[in-house]
Amino acid sequence: MDMPANVPENASGQALRKAPAGAREEILARVRRALADVPAAEEPADVAVARDYARAGGPAPGSPAVRELLVERLIDYDAAVRTVTAADAASVAEAVARSAAARTAGPLVVPDGFPAEWLAALPPERVLRDEPPLGVGALDRAGAVLTTAAAAVATTGTLVLDCGPGQGRRALTLVPDHHLCVVRAGQVVASVPEVLAGLEPARPLTFISGPSATSDIELDRIEGVHGPRTLEVLVLVEG
Amino acid sequence: MSDSTYLGMPPFPEAARTALGDTQLRSNLAHATDTIRRKRAAVVAEVDDWEELREAGRAVKERTLRHLDTYLVRLEERVTAAGGQVHWARDGAEAGRIVTELVRATGESEVVKIKSMATQEIELNETLAEAGIAAYETDLAELIVQLGDDHPSHILVPAIHRNRAEIREIFVREMGAYGTPAPDGLTDDPARLAEAARLHLREKFLRAKVGISGANFLVADTGTAVVVESEGNGRMCLTLPETLISVVGIEKIVPSWQDLEVFLQLLPRSSTGERMNPYTSTWTGTTEGDGPSTFHLVLLDGGRSDTLADRIGRQALNCIRCSACLNVCPVYERVGGHAYGSVYPGPIGAILGPQLRGTDTLLDRSLPYASTLCGACYEVCPVKINIPEVLVHLRAQVVDEGRERRVPKAERMAMAAARWVLSDPARLAAAQRTGALGGRLLSRRGRIGRLPGPLSPWSDTRDAPSPARESFRAWWKRTH
Ligand code: SF4
Repeated sequence: MDMPANVPENASGQALRKAPAGAREEILARVRRALADVPAAEEPADVAVARDYARAGGPAPGSPAVRELLVERLIDYDAAVRTVTAADAASVAEAVARSAAARTAGPLVVPDGFPAEWLAALPPERVLRDEPPLGVGALDRAGAVLTTAAAAVATTGTLVLDCGPGQGRRALTLVPDHHLCVVRAGQVVASVPEVLAGLEPARPLTFISGPSATSDIELDRIEGVHGPRTLEVLVLVEG
Repeated sequence: MSDSTYLGMPPFPEAARTALGDTQLRSNLAHATDTIRRKRAAVVAEVDDWEELREAGRAVKERTLRHLDTYLVRLEERVTAAGGQVHWARDGAEAGRIVTELVRATGESEVVKIKSMATQEIELNETLAEAGIAAYETDLAELIVQLGDDHPSHILVPAIHRNRAEIREIFVREMGAYGTPAPDGLTDDPARLAEAARLHLREKFLRAKVGISGANFLVADTGTAVVVESEGNGRMCLTLPETLISVVGIEKIVPSWQDLEVFLQLLPRSSTGERMNPYTSTWTGTTEGDGPSTFHLVLLDGGRSDTLADRIGRQALNCIRCSACLNVCPVYERVGGHAYGSVYPGPIGAILGPQLRGTDTLLDRSLPYASTLCGACYEVCPVKINIPEVLVHLRAQVVDEGRERRVPKAERMAMAAARWVLSDPARLAAAQRTGALGGRLLSRRGRIGRLPGPLSPWSDTRDAPSPARESFRAWWKRTH
């Protein structure tokens, strides 16, 4: 009987002696052979994709409705949330300092581009800059990280970070145990399609919906395994 | 019936777990599927346009598959332009060799790994171990299983067979041997146990130089890879190492960035029953100063192009591995994940397994019968795979092939036996015991090679995995 092409080789692996060259061409040729029923003239766009699902039309970005939904959904997934109605930067700074004081004691990692005026009420010795880039050990010892966000999705209670100003590289929001994130109400959209349309795929993106979680032990939901165990969000309604 | 009749059957290495009758374990499993089923139903009901999303998901996958060659070439071009390196693997062995060489080239002898179906499918950990490379699984459940030196029992909650006291004991006993020991005075409070895992793995994450992952989606237009997860171990593996190697099946492509808006809504709700999973990461090649400086993408065929050639069967490649079909399947609930003999259990396993591997083995020929055709899987499937249609189609194929090839009588009898055994959990337990004894006698290097006598016609073509050394049932009896 002929050996089918996809037989997984065993541990002693005959195929180890086969040269891997030409795998690309062979796979593409196999795929083309497999698609012999597709007319040569057919273009991808000829295969209809009906986008009849909701792509827009929910509550407007930044509207009270969308903001309230975000808060509700964040709380539902056990993030700590505070809505700060702030007439000026000083009251934002005060809210940031209060959160920082309430929850952590160690240094607070603050990425480049985080608005300086929002840091004004923090003791300067608590602010740890990623400049030069902090080693993972230093990040591990830091108690918390303070960032902005690129966007938020109300329906799913999701924050999106794109490593832009005030957010820093991905490790910064991953290794410290506490993530305090300031989101402007104007950054909140209703749905997943709306948020994706505004993001730049070339940047590394992280979508965060609540603190990390697992249900691996007797199906008990436990907050926080490897990511930050506390996610705190300040939703900022600017005056 | 002789032992050897069972050799070609689904090895049921741990299927007997579901045959334990009225035990804590069985109620745990039922509780798990029931809980997840209800969570899913609740969050799906929140979405007014769910049917439209499903239809769009199906259509996007159809577009992708009908033009897969175009999208593969485009993906390669975009990933390369973004600083990544693309490798092509015709089968699992080739993918294993490529990954082994890539790890060796870094000079490292350990890697951190995110659980991925593709790497499980190709048995990458075993391949790496043979090359002297330790692959640390970093999901909590996988850690429990790895430290406890046993096998996953459920696809969604692989350590469901361990209660908190056992997990504590495993952690206290084993963690020290592999790295950071369990904290003094560790209790069996799940939060403390999770913290012990956090501490134990953290040291590995912080020193890891190589990470290995799969991907849930690859975007052809942008060259972007997407990983959907809960615990944050994925983010650790994707972000902290210097080298990232992602092994991904060629069917994981979606054409455009916009297409993600469909799947990022369908997947979390269908899978864990959440509006959105805690973490989703996307990356495009490499980024200066952020994350791995080297990114390798290994594109795996491994039977997918064969599956694509079947006009009815190809829809199995739509699958986004949400596992919703498992949780609604009466057969799965009864026989458990392992009876399907591959990393893809349940209804999707019954149509994907035989197609990826071919229907040369008895196991793969019996899988299309592991269903009552009730249609519940089709109804929940977020990408509208008509699983009953494919099952019926595969059954017809198996029957036709049987006629053509003059399948030896012993094999046909065993097929009938497979159906008979699948129909009753108590028989599963018996089959497993005999399978374990018969298979072990003949196995070489952990694999069953060429078999003598009437069984040789099918064992000639491929190796069947050996039944587990000690069945769960035997273990249970010995220790309880
Ligand atoms: S086949 Fe099953 S696992 Fe795959 S997408 Fe459909 S429901 Fe999910």
